[in-house]
Amino acid sequence: MINGTKIKVEHLNLHIGKEHILKDINLVIPEKQLTVILGPSGCGKTTLLKSFNRLTDLNPDVKISGHIFNGDEDILHPKTEITQLRKKMGLLSQSPYPLPMSIFDNITYGLKISGRRKKKFLIRRVENYLRQVSLWEEVKDRLKDPASALSIGQQQRLCLARGLAVDPEIILADEPTSALDPVSSKDIEEMFLKLKQRYTIVVVTHILRQARRIADYVIFMYLGEVIEHGPAEQIFEHPQHEMTKAYLKGAYN
Amino acid sequence: MKRKVLQKTEEIFTRFLMVFSTSIIVSALLLIIVSILYKGLPSLSWEMITQIPKGGYYFGKEGGILNAIVGSLYLATGSTILGLIISLPLALYINIHKAKNSKLVNFIRFLLDILWGIPSIVYGAFGFTVMIYFGMRTSLLAGIITVTLFIIPIMVRSMDEVMKTVPKGLLESALSLGSTRSETAYKVVFRQSIPGIVTAVLLAFGRGIGDAAAVLFTAGYTDYIPNALNQPAATLPLAIFFQLSSPIPEVQNRAYAAAVVLTIIILIISVSSRIVSNKFKQRRIK
Amino acid sequence: MNWKVLSIKSIRFFKVGRILKDKLHSSWMFVSFIIVLLLPFLLGIGLFLKSNLIIKEESLLQLLFSSQWHPMKGEFGFLPFIISSLWVTVLSILICGPICLFSAIHLTHYAKRGMLKIMHPVIDILAGIPSVIYGVWGIILIVPFISRLGASLGHPNSGYTILTGAIVLSVMIIPFILNILIEVINTVPQELEEASLSLGATKWETIKKVILKKSFPGIISAFGLGISRAFGETIAVLMVVGNVVKIPKGVFQPGYPLPSLIANNYGEMLSIPMYDSALMFAALILFVVVTAFNIGSRYLIIYSERRI
Repeated sequence: MINGTKIKVEHLNLHIGKEHILKDINLVIPEKQLTVILGPSGCGKTTLLKSFNRLTDLNPDVKISGHIFNGDEDILHPKTEITQLRKKMGLLSQSPYPLPMSIFDNITYGLKISGRRKKKFLIRRVENYLRQVSLWEEVKDRLKDPASALSIGQQQRLCLARGLAVDPEIILADEPTSALDPVSSKDIEEMFLKLKQRYTIVVVTHILRQARRIADYVIFMYLGEVIEHGPAEQIFEHPQHEMTKAYLKGAYN
Repeated sequence: MKRKVLQKTEEIFTRFLMVFSTSIIVSALLLIIVSILYKGLPSLSWEMITQIPKGGYYFGKEGGILNAIVGSLYLATGSTILGLIISLPLALYINIHKAKNSKLVNFIRFLLDILWGIPSIVYGAFGFTVMIYFGMRTSLLAGIITVTLFIIPIMVRSMDEVMKTVPKGLLESALSLGSTRSETAYKVVFRQSIPGIVTAVLLAFGRGIGDAAAVLFTAGYTDYIPNALNQPAATLPLAIFFQLSSPIPEVQNRAYAAAVVLTIIILIISVSSRIVSNKFKQRRIK
Repeated sequence: MNWKVLSIKSIRFFKVGRILKDKLHSSWMFVSFIIVLLLPFLLGIGLFLKSNLIIKEESLLQLLFSSQWHPMKGEFGFLPFIISSLWVTVLSILICGPICLFSAIHLTHYAKRGMLKIMHPVIDILAGIPSVIYGVWGIILIVPFISRLGASLGHPNSGYTILTGAIVLSVMIIPFILNILIEVINTVPQELEEASLSLGATKWETIKKVILKKSFPGIISAFGLGISRAFGETIAVLMVVGNVVKIPKGVFQPGYPLPSLIANNYGEMLSIPMYDSALMFAALILFVVVTAFNIGSRYLIIYSERRI
């Protein structure tokens, strides 16, 4: 591996009620690369992603054990400062959920929360991040409009910009293109390829072709287990495991 | 840093308010039940619930409130049955026949919600006006009809809430098998909605037994158990209300005892409706 | 041959029977539909026709804004009753509003599963307890409490006051408002919560800035519906509010809300001229106010759902 390891997962087990959702997960996520978590629907990909920033805490039925390391820090340790941790990881969900406020306030939400309130600074930041997701030209005249007035594709880009504005180290994306039209999907994919120079990106998807287009590193999951993980070429060209081979073939047909 | 401390304090304070509010609600219920039992149980006797008022009852002499208990049961049963006859078809109507006309269905739901909000005393006043218009006297029947009017929206809406969730696919597959619409309605939707219907019936029954404002005008009050629909009928809430306004302590104590009886009936209804809805929840097709 | 004809005939007969049955069901369904469709209008028109007598006799302004209430002399000023109703209603919402809101947030976002298991039946039972029982409870507990409280604050009173009515009423409408609030808050998608948390907000910040903001129209409607419920509540309030025809000047004074007026005087309704019309006018005021608040609140919910 050229780059260092960003996230390291050790013996992660997760139960929801009596169901065993994630079974003894061990893996690494390389820094400043685009990692794809691949697998059929319902195999626990999203749950794995959400346990990285402990959004799994929201469900009181979830029981989780094992370790997820971000550097030296164990994310799952009960004493971990969860708010700071979540700020390091931007989240992009399946369909866009703009906060119930204006476009401007959506971007500045995270900044204001961490205490940055100078108007000038905020204005500069908003423009900067909207440009990064190529949304600035489209919305610069209506920053005070409610974010829900944007199209779905624009909303998703806004959500990305909103996440970038708090200066995360990692971007977690949960099937970020599944609700979008082909053009908007392509926009998002291209943005990821640009952003991975500066951020570690983890994308959950069940679309094999998308994985092939964007992945540097692939984690293949099936029924709550990690079957295989490794650099993209290795997984796609020389899969070791029978199940990976079958999935790759099946998706071709 | 100062901001963080401030924020933490705010969160702790609001969490305290939340727990405090919830405890107020729980303790309000406990206070109600405990104080009613405390005041009423000493005066509650077998005689009270098995006898009708005898001579001098309202001056503290012998007798009981059987007239009111039976009157309330008659009234609640009658209006629940009548309510069901009107509500069930309507709930089926908007969920099967008009299922595709969502504008109309939403309008009916809106109308029902509005009706639900109208206070029972307005129904009572309206019922009284109609009664006078037709030259009727206060009677069990008038009471039943008035109570029926205000439990209809409650019944339809609670059945509707369950019928709404019957999967459209189930309905369509039944239709494609060649059943006429009412067969579909009664067989498929009905069976799937039984828990909703039972809840609606229990809810309506509870309302019927507990209401005082509507029957005040229409059912009248009597010391006897009614034998026919055109006779006036006593009801438990009114028995409590009237006896409590008496200056004689014995009579007041009986009002508290009657309140215990009414509370117990309502608790039984509440508990059984919860049991029913929990039981059926597991059995339904999702 | 014979057998075949017979079977076809019987099939046909069977079919006709089925269709007939279908028709019957449909027409009964239609009848019940019409009943419900007409009911609100019948209610409104009926009450209006009855109260029209008194509206014609005295002007509407006179009825609503005069405080002279002497039915025997033919003077009907509803102001004391309207003011009492407003006092009791507004006060009860002020008391139970914050309690319901904090508890709703607690139950939707902080409470453990075991807590919810207790709270569901608690809310159900509170909602099921009849009005008259609340009244009895008020007499047992709240009346002496208010009497003592008033005395210690320098407002000696009998305990049968506006404040007593408002407290009893506020407990009565708690389950009603709380249920709507829980539903409203639960409709906010969890993804929105996740988004806010991922941006570094704490749980409380998320609730304050996102969840409550998103459900704001719903919260307002819940309170609106609560107001309409409180405004028409009769027996419980009637039992503890004192029923003195006078414009109340403070919370430790007795009041006489509209529903109590109707319920207390129905017996003499037909013995005094115009009295029945006056009471029906009171019912009409209730009907109009309650329905207006109801429609307004529900429209707000529908409108805000559409916008999202």
